[in-house]
Amino acid sequence: MLTEDKKRAAYRALQGRILNGEGRASPEQRARAFSNVGLAPPLDGLLGKVAMRPAQVTDGDFAAARAAGFGEDELFELVICAAVGHSARLYDAGLAALADAVAGEEEDE
Amino acid sequence: MRLDVLNRGYGPGTKLLFAVIGLFSRQPVPDAAKLVFYRPDFYGARAKEFTHEAMRGPSAWSVGDRELMAAYVSQANECAFCIGAHSATARQAYQDRPKVAAVLADLESAPISGGLRATLRMLGKLTREGKAGAEDMREVLSAGVSRQQVGDALAVCAAFNTTNRLADAFGFEVLSPAGFEAGAKYLLKRGYR
Repeated sequence: MLTEDKKRAAYRALQGRILNGEGRASPEQRARAFSNVGLAPPLDGLLGKVAMRPAQVTDGDFAAARAAGFGEDELFELVICAAVGHSARLYDAGLAALADAVAGEEEDE
Repeated sequence: MRLDVLNRGYGPGTKLLFAVIGLFSRQPVPDAAKLVFYRPDFYGARAKEFTHEAMRGPSAWSVGDRELMAAYVSQANECAFCIGAHSATARQAYQDRPKVAAVLADLESAPISGGLRATLRMLGKLTREGKAGAEDMREVLSAGVSRQQVGDALAVCAAFNTTNRLADAFGFEVLSPAGFEAGAKYLLKRGYR
């Protein structure tokens, strides 16, 4: 196995576990957090920031989610799903761009 | 940290381990370490495997190069904890404090190879803008970087875009300079597993 593939396989294993394994948040909630799509307030505020503007997350974002009934373990899982989800999109975009560049190179040869 | 379970939700064995680490390092256990010990079956175990593979697994990039990539991605995300942790680790790996400082101050004028500079530039763009195109990758490849090295750099980028987000969202406490140096020494000796 190429070392790059081994790295990707380890990342896919992490994604598979957080999305499909046992958890306190439902698989549907975890999938929405991962994709940053279809989240309702107040979770959309917290998890949208985790994905797009993580340095701007505040205590108030967590307080709003707790007030809406989300427990500590659910928030632990959903924040992780949002973080891994955004990173996975970057990883996939980078690998796709690399594949495009290499395909263009091979056509030129 | 912002979740109480991450401050207090550990069993007696893990608490003892934290006490031993604190005793030997003479520094508080970093929040990054605490995170991977909380319900490790959900996140920590697989996150450590992936991060170790990206940062210490086989690669034509040196450990110092990969730690510098981690610091650079962390800077693009404005993650204070991770900038501190990985700039310290890159400095110790390279044994070169000015080089790391120069990259973080101004990538274009820093005294590094053209290939590493082009790779860092691409990782910064991907992190800040959320996208990269074939042209960005061609620039890296034409600077002498292999396809495998680009893939390896993207794995580092994925690992630290995840960790940066968790550090900022959960509110990792920024360590003292001595705390970051102790953490860097540990990461160079033991890696991320």
